[in-house]
Amino acid sequence: MMQSRLQAMPRLIGWRVIKMAAMVLAIVVVNFLLIHAAPGDPASAIAGQSGQADAEFMRQLREQFGLDKPLPVQLWIYIQKVLTLDLGVSHRLQRPVLTVIFERLPATLLLTGTAFLIALTSGIALGVRAARRPGGVADTIIMGASLFFYATPLFLVGIVLVLVFGVWLNWLPTFGMETVDVPLHGLARVADVARHAVLPVITLAVFYSAVYVRLTRASMVEVSSHPFIKTARAKGATESRITWIHVLRNALLPVITLAGIQAGHLIGGSVLVETVFAWPGIGSLAFEALLARDYDLLLGIFLCTSVVVLIFNLLTDLLYLAFDPRVEAL
Amino acid sequence: MTTFIRRFPRMAIGSAIMLAIVAMALTAPILFPFSPWDMRGTPFEPPGSPEFLLGSDALGRDIAAGIAHGAWVSLMIGGVSTMVSLGIGVSLGALAGYVGGRIDDAVMRFAEFFQTIPSFLLAILLVAIFRPSIFSIIAAIALVSWPPVARVVRAEFLSLRKREFVQAAEVLGVSHTRVVWQTLLPNALPPVIVLGSLMVANAVLTESALSFLGLGDANWMSWGFLVGSGRSVIRMGWWISVLPGVAIFITVLGLNLLGEGLQTWLNPRLSKRDMP
Repeated sequence: MMQSRLQAMPRLIGWRVIKMAAMVLAIVVVNFLLIHAAPGDPASAIAGQSGQADAEFMRQLREQFGLDKPLPVQLWIYIQKVLTLDLGVSHRLQRPVLTVIFERLPATLLLTGTAFLIALTSGIALGVRAARRPGGVADTIIMGASLFFYATPLFLVGIVLVLVFGVWLNWLPTFGMETVDVPLHGLARVADVARHAVLPVITLAVFYSAVYVRLTRASMVEVSSHPFIKTARAKGATESRITWIHVLRNALLPVITLAGIQAGHLIGGSVLVETVFAWPGIGSLAFEALLARDYDLLLGIFLCTSVVVLIFNLLTDLLYLAFDPRVEAL
Repeated sequence: MTTFIRRFPRMAIGSAIMLAIVAMALTAPILFPFSPWDMRGTPFEPPGSPEFLLGSDALGRDIAAGIAHGAWVSLMIGGVSTMVSLGIGVSLGALAGYVGGRIDDAVMRFAEFFQTIPSFLLAILLVAIFRPSIFSIIAAIALVSWPPVARVVRAEFLSLRKREFVQAAEVLGVSHTRVVWQTLLPNALPPVIVLGSLMVANAVLTESALSFLGLGDANWMSWGFLVGSGRSVIRMGWWISVLPGVAIFITVLGLNLLGEGLQTWLNPRLSKRDMP
């Protein structure tokens, strides 16, 4: 069985990569449509930025950017540009969009990645605990807390944490990713970044932890009612073995699926968290682009984060393959 | 009444919260008969001061008036955008589930696309490009939140179509339109209602997040705007950001309780064990 699964892997990955490419193409088309749906054509936007707007200049601009050609031709030109990794120039920063995004991406991946791992592990652990005795004290407390954080807007959690741990207690930094005035190196720098990351990571993690708690609990309760659990119990398996081996392994599948799907939400959430904590990632870049009405940059961020999400989905699919005893070939 | 509260405590609490919020939205023009943008006194008055019940902001505007007037925008955008996305989701889901085949494939791919991309970023893009207004905000929220509805309706249609009463109707030669409208849709509705109430909660959250980022309709006071505007002066007055944030929290909590309550109510077979 192991053999056939390994053999199926390249085919499965190949199929997923083709699907991914189709999705990226669809996003590029959406981006193109958005540019053209915006009030006023791109030429007037560019002319507005550069401060000149006589008719001759506009005509030149339209010619230069191919805006006088029919829409499908323009779409083709746009796709070619994106394929050569040319996402345009940020008019605010006067630098290529892709360069700016790559500079900011690591900070966001650090923030969302850490938050995701914490949310997933704590969510699954608490969900398992809550499902052990549905209706019990632990269940009531855990589910109450998860409802509480599920209903709290992310930015409110962030602001309250800034207020309590930054302003009132003054325990942790609430601004940026590292101390700027004193350059630090090696371990001291790592520790500094870690201290800066505590509050943003917690803010992003509590909401998703609440989501995973609810999902894990529901899934555990559902799987527990299956006959094979009764069989395991009849065979004399201990309660903890039943919980952790028999139930959890099966209950985890929907959790992993949802976690994969929600990778996109996590990036959306990081826009809010990074804005609150001035975390120098993609999210705060999106906020800055928004304030400056820097559409090329915004569209580039949308495209790049979508690609990151798609790669992440591919990884969770592979993880799924490793966990699910039933998924074998395609 | 008391048995109802005892049997469905979540729904009772949720309904009570939502009734209070709706009442606040409706009475705001009477309780605070002035524009919530008006500067009415000393800036940075803490809550409980004689001038301001919930304090004032950096410009001396009344926070309580802002919260009361802001309720309307949150509820209206939450409600209307949910209706629109229910409309999109139910029609596409019904189409996919009833016609099947390639149409089903196409609709599901379309839904998958919207569920995979970072939807909040798409909402930001849409509102930014089409200029922030009530309409662009409603359209953006509706456009990113219909896929779960389509999936649920499709799944319901697929399972209902195999049931005898539906097959009987088809064998009797009832027209497709009548089968869909009179047999399938009414039976597929309960899970859609539950999903709808949870979607209003999400829409309220998304609207507040958009206006927090400065993408609100500038003509309407909203909770997210209040939180966002108080953020820069958080050291001088915590209440300016936190209290409107609490208003969002209470509303979203109420809608979630209502949704979960509706689920137990419409699904009596779910035992107490299954519901948290």
